[in-house]
Amino acid sequence: MSDLSRRKLIRTGLAVTAGIAGVAAADRIAKAYGLIPPDSGGIYGLGETLTYASQRLLTRHSMAREFLRSQISKRPVQNSLAPPPDAFKKLQAGGFADWRLTIDGMVERPTSFSLPQLRSYPTHSQITQIACEEGWSYIAEWIGVPLSQVLGAVGVHPQARYVVYRSIEPFWWDSIDMADALHPQTFLAYGMNGGELPVPSGGPLRLRVPRQLGYKSVKFITRMTLTDSLKGFGKGLGASAPEFGYSWYAGI
Amino acid sequence: MLGISAKCYHPGMVDSAAVSHSEPVVPATTVSSRHSGVVRVTHWITTLCFVALFVTGMEIVISHPRFYWGESGNIWTKPLFRIPIPSSRESIPNGFSYQWPDQNGWSRYLHFQAAWVLVLVGLLYIVNGLVTRHFRKDLVPAEGNASWRALPKAIAEHLRFKRPTEAETGSYNVLQRLTYLAVIFVLFPAEIWTGLAMSPAFVSAFPFVVDVLGGQQSARTLHFFIAWSLMLFVVVHVVMVCRTGFKRNMRGMISGVERP
Repeated sequence: MSDLSRRKLIRTGLAVTAGIAGVAAADRIAKAYGLIPPDSGGIYGLGETLTYASQRLLTRHSMAREFLRSQISKRPVQNSLAPPPDAFKKLQAGGFADWRLTIDGMVERPTSFSLPQLRSYPTHSQITQIACEEGWSYIAEWIGVPLSQVLGAVGVHPQARYVVYRSIEPFWWDSIDMADALHPQTFLAYGMNGGELPVPSGGPLRLRVPRQLGYKSVKFITRMTLTDSLKGFGKGLGASAPEFGYSWYAGI
Repeated sequence: MLGISAKCYHPGMVDSAAVSHSEPVVPATTVSSRHSGVVRVTHWITTLCFVALFVTGMEIVISHPRFYWGESGNIWTKPLFRIPIPSSRESIPNGFSYQWPDQNGWSRYLHFQAAWVLVLVGLLYIVNGLVTRHFRKDLVPAEGNASWRALPKAIAEHLRFKRPTEAETGSYNVLQRLTYLAVIFVLFPAEIWTGLAMSPAFVSAFPFVVDVLGGQQSARTLHFFIAWSLMLFVVVHVVMVCRTGFKRNMRGMISGVERP
């Protein structure tokens, strides 16, 4: 064996060993810091994990871009909805007076909030862009209460890692990690562009997650559950979206 | 080293010359390595990723085949242009009654997975190219056919579809060099940049990435055109590979050995 090939062999061996050790260490660190998304299994798990982990590290405290009032889109897109379920129609007939948002799971005081109760918190607003995974986008003013304030009121257990949220529309549910749940721009939105949140835009209550694509901003939300694991929800992929082939994390 | 004239220089030859200081290098008769192992492996992984990215990218475009300039754009705003094809979503006012099936889920998963692999492999290629001086030796314009002065002649010969002589195929001419440099250092970085500019989370941390482009929809439109520029390069590249000796070229990029 010539000097060169021996050197090459040793170098390759060292590189492979370092690579395996590096991947193992990265995996352990990623798990410890919650950088593994719930849909990390399967053939696209590698890309999904790299995206979620790197964006979590880069964006933990970053703020979604805000725009000028003059940049608000003249007409918000109200994509077509499935016919609303009967439960929704009944609440709508009553002017949403009986609409409730129930927050339970790993909290001190499980609570059912009415819309006036949510409105009693100091009102916040943001002018942010909502971008659909299809490619279109619009800018609107979103009015509501930061989710962090409501979570503060119910007292979140320290071991909670995700907020699972459900729409009144059956089969429509999603979840976000605590970094997004406690982010100051994550809103329980009940207003839009100076008025009430219209039903086609998700009224009377929509979660607004401006650092992720539009489908994370679930409309008509009625229930939130704090949890330390997403295993018991649906197929354990963290949302209904991955069950239809879409990624759980939608920061890109 | 002096035995090798500039014309029959092969990129891989320097390696063999560097290791056998004691023996003189005999060109032509020795089995020479056309492309280094790193170049060959990264070339094919990049090829695979590019195909995946292009196919899934166009698939995603089908769900909204309208393009805009500026920050936001949607069915209520005037498009810069639109592609007259049926969409995979019912909400697109394009005059077609046919609707493609929605394939965005796996397309997006695969798009970003392929993007990660391409970026990581691309970094390996760039670092390798700098360390081994591959870029400086083989891609930066140099002497003779590879000089800036030879550019008009190279363009004229390409326009006349003149095939290169055997001697000319050993080293890249100036037009090839500039094209490869543009693809590696301009088009691919610009494609990655415009892609990241569409990510709401990424631009929350680095807003200038999208601001310098004039907005998220501008980024999307640029991303689309750069993708087609890369595709144009691939088509011309493959045509040239076929015209200048398909078997020999493929052997050079697969086994590294050009003339068995």
